[in-house]
Amino acid sequence: MSDDVIKTEGLTKIFNKHLVAVDHVNFEVKNGEIFGFLGPNGAGKTTTINMLITILRPTAGKATVLGRDIIKEDSEVRSVIGVVPQEYTADEDLTGLENIFLCADMYGIPRKVAKERAEELLKLVELTDFKNKKVQTYSGGMRRRLELACGLINRPKVLFLDEPTLGLDVQTRTATWSYIRRLKKEYGMTLFMTTHYLEEADALCDRVAIIDHGKIVVVGSPEELKRNLGGDVITLGIKEDADVSDIIRSAKHVKDVKKENGAYRIKAEFGEITAPSIIEVLRQKGYTVTRLSLTEPTLNEVYLEYTGKSLRDSEESRENVMIQRMTMRRARQ
Amino acid sequence: MTEASSYSPSMLRGLWALTNRELKKWYKAPLIFFLSIIQPIIWMGLLGKAMNLSALIPTNIPGLDVDAVMKTSLGTSDYFSFMAVGMIGMTALFTTMFSGMSVVWDRRLGFLNKVLSTPVSRGVIIFSKVLSATLRSMFQAGIIILIAFAFGLKFGAGFSLLNLLGVFGILFLLCVGLSSAFIAITIRSTRMETPMAVMNLISLPMMFASNAMFPSKLMPDWLQPVAHVNPLSYANDAVRQLLIFDAIDYTQLAMDFAYVGVFAVIVASIGIVLSWRFLRK
Repeated sequence: MSDDVIKTEGLTKIFNKHLVAVDHVNFEVKNGEIFGFLGPNGAGKTTTINMLITILRPTAGKATVLGRDIIKEDSEVRSVIGVVPQEYTADEDLTGLENIFLCADMYGIPRKVAKERAEELLKLVELTDFKNKKVQTYSGGMRRRLELACGLINRPKVLFLDEPTLGLDVQTRTATWSYIRRLKKEYGMTLFMTTHYLEEADALCDRVAIIDHGKIVVVGSPEELKRNLGGDVITLGIKEDADVSDIIRSAKHVKDVKKENGAYRIKAEFGEITAPSIIEVLRQKGYTVTRLSLTEPTLNEVYLEYTGKSLRDSEESRENVMIQRMTMRRARQ
Repeated sequence: MTEASSYSPSMLRGLWALTNRELKKWYKAPLIFFLSIIQPIIWMGLLGKAMNLSALIPTNIPGLDVDAVMKTSLGTSDYFSFMAVGMIGMTALFTTMFSGMSVVWDRRLGFLNKVLSTPVSRGVIIFSKVLSATLRSMFQAGIIILIAFAFGLKFGAGFSLLNLLGVFGILFLLCVGLSSAFIAITIRSTRMETPMAVMNLISLPMMFASNAMFPSKLMPDWLQPVAHVNPLSYANDAVRQLLIFDAIDYTQLAMDFAYVGVFAVIVASIGIVLSWRFLRK
């Protein structure tokens, strides 16, 4: 098998003949990585994931998942992937365990094997004590964990997570992150996730793609993207009254220096190395640095750089709005 | 967890799992289960006992044999027996109607998308809805027959357990046809209101334009053709023949089975073809 677990070529989805949701998207997801799909609401994240998990048919282009064509071999694709949808899809009238068994039955997993796997998964998502309780009594975080367990029942090689922490509190979100990391580390699973939480992408993803208006605007590791933005920001003040901009500029890796309110705002690559060398250069010239701070750009800046700052009032289908509203309501329980 | 799943989905397992999921909502919820049994009792009391047509005919007219009159018109001298069978058809109609609604629910809750992302066959997803509604209806039919018997339903002279098997056979065909039809109506719908309106529009007329409560041969000329194409009429006729008529008209019975059978096969096929087309948008 090639290294690419997911590969798309010109993947396109047009709704109602004019609404272009995904526009000629090309990307590859490599074996064993966590790949994040970032973008504002309505950018085409969920549409892309739905095409990859074969519940939406692309208008044009093609894609393969584990070497299987999502259009021609859709049923084969479905049996090797796991899906954790954005909504809470577990049946509320059934217990957690019954829901897992229901999923297992969809894959034709024998009950004996399903039982073993269910125990293991319930332990992983810490729901063992609640397995015989009806899902309607579960909190939002528990539901999300149950979805995760259901998505893993067929031991997928690649797991698709659509907004895995939407509407969750900080504790549950952090717990979810640790499950995701374990899946990658202990099981060597490839994960494809969408999110609009930037810190989530930064904390989890090996590589991210930023998508906007149905097009991928940039792909790379979070570090790469941040670095491409122009590096870290060093803020520095000196005791003396002189303008030392030129001296700072002579230091290695410094890209830009601005004097603002008596302090110097320096854009530089490799801030941790550059900052000491700036101090050294200034000391040699007889200046004393009185204060210094180093800030790394967050993915926030990267994101805003590529998607702009304007607010999005995207058109959403009635169905999606309903589903999302219902998900949020249940998340708060 | 690294090895790929070596199990292949089986149609039957998937079908039963999804069907059982629907049924659990019913038999594991005591109140809903209880109501679904109480409902036919109420109908039978109101329509079968309270609206007793034979009471309209005065008994003191010399030379008038009420039983004979009833028998000519209804095929049986006992209106309650006639009506009880109509109730079976009616319950089947109402129960299957809701199979369509549950597709809309599953779509709204995201459950449908979830199932669609598993390798289970698309046709199975739809057919599980059909099957669960059918099993529920058949169970209710059994209850109705029992209650009706307790209330005084008179079985036909040649009644045997084999007849009962025939009753469930024709009900199976009727319910498969009806629920496939209702699912075909709702399969693309994302909102509750549309299918609700459609079902409200067709359910009662469909019941009254059949022989459920009144023999179709006594209906006005303009209504008779409607009753004549209504599969409910054929199913009712078959159940009456098997359950309460003394003499079975086998050609008519075969005709009933053929008609309802063809109806079921055609509508179920349409439902499955639609599910292939529309479940994946």
